[in-house]
Amino acid sequence: MNTRVLEIRKGVLNKNDELARGLRDRFVEAGVLTVNLVSSPGTGKTAFLERTLTALRESGARVAALVGDLETDNDARRLAASGAPVRQINTHRCCHLEAAMIAEHLEGWDLSSLDFLFIENVGNLVCPASYDLGEKLRIALLSVAEGEDKPLKYPGMFNSADIAVITKIDIAEACDFDRAAARANIDAVRPGIKIFEVSAKRGTGMVEWIDWLREFRIRTQQP
Amino acid sequence: MHELSIAHSIVDTILTAAEPASKKDIREVRLRIGALAGVTKDSLLFCYDIATLDTPLAGSKLVVNDVPVTIYCAVCQAERELVSVQRFRCPVCDTPSGEILKGRELEIESLLIDEYAST
Repeated sequence: MNTRVLEIRKGVLNKNDELARGLRDRFVEAGVLTVNLVSSPGTGKTAFLERTLTALRESGARVAALVGDLETDNDARRLAASGAPVRQINTHRCCHLEAAMIAEHLEGWDLSSLDFLFIENVGNLVCPASYDLGEKLRIALLSVAEGEDKPLKYPGMFNSADIAVITKIDIAEACDFDRAAARANIDAVRPGIKIFEVSAKRGTGMVEWIDWLREFRIRTQQP
Repeated sequence: MHELSIAHSIVDTILTAAEPASKKDIREVRLRIGALAGVTKDSLLFCYDIATLDTPLAGSKLVVNDVPVTIYCAVCQAERELVSVQRFRCPVCDTPSGEILKGRELEIESLLIDEYAST
């Protein structure tokens, strides 16, 4: 008996990557800027998104959101209060969103009637990094309560992000948050990344974020 | 913990890619995993045995080759291997770099297949 080597050279997540490429093409064609929010559970993705959806709607932008959680539709109900169309994705045992789930939950939505589509991923700083959802921007969030070294503990996720957001900045002092160290750690794993510091509760930093996002859309999307 | 779904994806990919006749004779599956792929080797090895149960790949061995992160340093104009994934800087001149050349791989490289002489 002999053995032979068969070269395969195939990405394990090929299927997801292909679906994500298809989604990306659809988003670009429809002129919708798609943003994927990733963080640990409890960082404040939903509060940040509530405020973002409301502010964008007030500025006249057309927005929608998909929100992933293992169970419950609590977050979708919270976000729907902004008046934006929102759909909940329950992943049950699955710890991340995949491109197929996005495709399935977009069914019936006219993407060309949207300016921004937000995807709130399952709270998890490991697995969602591997799954492309066809987004244009991946935003990694970190709250002041989590410790400044989080980016060093989860370099894969922070390195894969396009933007970093430090949340709950209003309680930074109570948490003994070392702002300079946190920023340096984010920059160590993702040199040059743009960092926003916000408090969704107080509204701190939200205007700067919203202005940047609207400007980014105009700068990068073809009408 | 998404290693079980990764293991299932490996099985699906191989069963789609390999010629039908050779599927049951696959002895070894060789994988390349980048340091930024977000996959834990030990968990994946454990999950592989579960994912291959009752498939033609049952009993085959998963061999994982680790791929370190390589960046391009614009100052040195050279590819450099990172010393640590906590520090995306050129190990020679200390210039920050976000240009990743290797280290995100999650790829099935090859299969080792038993061949029996035809009689």
